[in-house]
Amino acid sequence: MKQLGLIVNPMAGIGGKVGLKGSDGEEIRKLAFSLGAKQEAPDKVIRALKRMAEAGHDVHIITCPGKMGEDEAKAAGYDPEIIDGIATEITSADDTKKAAEILMERGVDLLMFAGGDGTARDVCSVIGTDIPAVGIPAGVKIHSGVYGASPIHAGEAADMYLFGGGSMQLREMEVMDIDEDEFRKDRVSARLYGYMKVPFERRLLQSAKAGSSMSERATIQSIASDVISNMQPDEYYFIGPGSTTRGIMEMLDLPATLLGVDVVKNRQLIKADANESDLLGLLRGEAEGKTHVIVTVIGGQGYIFGRGNQQFSAEVLQLAGYKNITVIATESKMIGLDGKPLLVDTGDEQVNQDLCGYRMVITAQGKRMVYKVSC
Amino acid sequence: MSEVKLRRYHAAKWDEPFIMEQTVPGTRGLLPPLSPDEVVNAVGSADALIPAGIKRKAAPKLPELDQYHVLQHWLRLSQETMGMDLASDIGEGTCTMKYSPKLHDQMANHTKLADVHPNQPVEDIQGVLEIIYNLEQYLKEVSGMYKISFQPGGGSHATYTNACTVREYHRAHGNLDKKDIVITTIFSHPCDGATPATAGFKVATLMPDESGYPDLNALKALVEEYGERIAGIMFTNPEDTGIYNPDVAEYVELVHSVGGLCFYDQANANGILGIARAFDAGFDACHFNLHKTFSAPHGCEGPASGAYCVRQELADFIPTPTVEKGEDGYYLDYNRPKSLGKVRSYIGNPECMLKAYAWIRTMGPDGLKMTAETSVLNNNYLDKLLQQIKGVTRPYKDGFRFEQVRYSMDELTQATGVGTDDIRSRLVDFGIQSYWMSHHPFIVPEPFTPEPCETYSKEDLDYWAAAMRQSIEEAWEDPQFTMGAPYAQPIGRMMDTSIVDDESKWACTWQAYKRKNNK
Repeated sequence: MKQLGLIVNPMAGIGGKVGLKGSDGEEIRKLAFSLGAKQEAPDKVIRALKRMAEAGHDVHIITCPGKMGEDEAKAAGYDPEIIDGIATEITSADDTKKAAEILMERGVDLLMFAGGDGTARDVCSVIGTDIPAVGIPAGVKIHSGVYGASPIHAGEAADMYLFGGGSMQLREMEVMDIDEDEFRKDRVSARLYGYMKVPFERRLLQSAKAGSSMSERATIQSIASDVISNMQPDEYYFIGPGSTTRGIMEMLDLPATLLGVDVVKNRQLIKADANESDLLGLLRGEAEGKTHVIVTVIGGQGYIFGRGNQQFSAEVLQLAGYKNITVIATESKMIGLDGKPLLVDTGDEQVNQDLCGYRMVITAQGKRMVYKVSC
Repeated sequence: MSEVKLRRYHAAKWDEPFIMEQTVPGTRGLLPPLSPDEVVNAVGSADALIPAGIKRKAAPKLPELDQYHVLQHWLRLSQETMGMDLASDIGEGTCTMKYSPKLHDQMANHTKLADVHPNQPVEDIQGVLEIIYNLEQYLKEVSGMYKISFQPGGGSHATYTNACTVREYHRAHGNLDKKDIVITTIFSHPCDGATPATAGFKVATLMPDESGYPDLNALKALVEEYGERIAGIMFTNPEDTGIYNPDVAEYVELVHSVGGLCFYDQANANGILGIARAFDAGFDACHFNLHKTFSAPHGCEGPASGAYCVRQELADFIPTPTVEKGEDGYYLDYNRPKSLGKVRSYIGNPECMLKAYAWIRTMGPDGLKMTAETSVLNNNYLDKLLQQIKGVTRPYKDGFRFEQVRYSMDELTQATGVGTDDIRSRLVDFGIQSYWMSHHPFIVPEPFTPEPCETYSKEDLDYWAAAMRQSIEEAWEDPQFTMGAPYAQPIGRMMDTSIVDDESKWACTWQAYKRKNNK
């Protein structure tokens, strides 16, 4: 029988309705409750699980006690197995991590978790890309791409992944989080914390007229091949973070820093995981006038600068030259933006303005999407 | 909408095994008599006449069945399909599935066309050439263009021919090393991006603005920044959304201003026949699907014909031969030194050309215009019915659409989990064809795209809308029921689609099937 691991952060989202921009930390939770916040995550989890139950497949749920999964699973009509050693009442990041560890050891086929960016980060720190996972969106901050569009979507994705006979593929999605203290002061500082493997539905196999669409992996390779074929000798390439840009490094047979910036020249790695001052040093020295910045769209919101790649500061971009910026992204990611523009937030208003307008995004070998950039 | 009674319908179901599995060793369909000795003595063994190099080493592994069981097998399979002219094709948007007159089939099957060989001397095929020549004159009038090639074997093929023409034009003008970008739009047919890519161009795709038009500001930005590199634009109007872009001349002007060529993909021409002409909007080239728009049956990888039409400036570059009229009759003209060459054998698919010719003759100029008016009217009537169904939305600008509409069922999906592929699986239970969702990528979520062209009556439209309403209302009531559809078809849902992606599993031949599945 298929095994589904379930972790619920019942505190997820309580800060949102009372305007607290997040729910991380005990102080904030106390404040939230005093402002009249209610736990909404459990209802969302029940909706996702009921969606699974409706499909009628036999699944064995392994979960945490009480509100961290047991109550919701039972409310949706399941008879879950409860793991030991996890608190039932007040839950913390450590509980989430510990539960993820136990469930991974149990060899679950899919790990379902409910929360926001903080929860995703905690789960990711344990499982990484070792086992597939899907998130039920319940938090205040959802910058991570690992969450379903709604609880029902998450339930459907889980059911289709476990019982759809391979109609779902897995793709790596970003786990992002912003610093909540900064966020409460209306400053956004998002970091890319890692990637998780998430089931992704390809309702793309229906009609012969449409032909087949390339798989996510093949698309990334196709983009990489376009970028590499346009690389010039003795020029410097600053390859930004992300799994799409990693495709370039893989094709060049170079080690990639998934969450950082690598510098490549003549198909060789010049500097791995470069920080802003490394990049500025190069731009003011040997790389002056011959630098290219290659970035991908980070997270579901469409940021190309200012989220997850702060190494590319306003100063770095000015020195490199705006014309030397190449944006790459798979077509499915671009369409996932649902018509919303690409975004820049470099911290420098003038630079943001200068980057606005239209930009060609490489979506496959020889293919470009002309897309709007806003700030 | 008047009261519609949905039919009680069930498809035939035969549980028919593969023909290869029905083999009975030793059974023969036909035993031809052996040659008499005097024949063998006079001409030798037939075996000896076959060159050694092409002789097979072992007999082919064909199924061994008698005639009766072969016929039975294929009749059963044909009963399990919905069949041509049996069910409504209204759902097949962007395909223009219209009635193809049977009289025209008979003409195309006539021995004077069907038994002609393309290598016959032109004196022998003057009648066929006359029809092709005259068809060209008619389509020149319909499009406004100067010259037409009928060689492409389909719409995308005509689009590819255009991409090659654009390449040859810029090569002839010494600009090919600079001009490497062809522009298209996301709601154009995918071939408008795919074929220039195949012809060696980089392809830049424009996204829609809030109204659904290709973003004109994006085109302006592109022309400003990359003008020198722009080789041309290839796009559709009305696009697959059914939205007609009234400012298309402005797009054309922008691309012309930097020396690019403009191609009008007219696969959606059914809504503009006799009303708007590509030439008058400033385009340099366009195409028509003679299958579909001009009533020859839809190609579906079979015989089709893409008529590729150009302005005088591009006439030197089109494929050879063309059919010309001289003092001594019609002839094939190969004298076109700058031609891009051939894109297909001979002069194209004459049976499609004959059917298109016959259709134009039957309809006349007023009839062509009435085709467009009726198909647009039909579409807007159906649109009114569909927009009343809860869960169906029509993205982008308000107002009328042309000959088709791209709708979304995302509201239904968000609330119930039932997607457009579920609804189309249920729709077939009412005895009508499964509908066309959308070209890729799916910009409109959970899409469907009906196109009720001039063939259909008000009763047909009412029936189609009623079946959609029923299918969607059922989904609101009981999502699980809809997800289990179809119930009245010979086979149910294909659940395991992974095989399509796994080349170690899928097979196009019996041999490959056995090898890959260890049988």
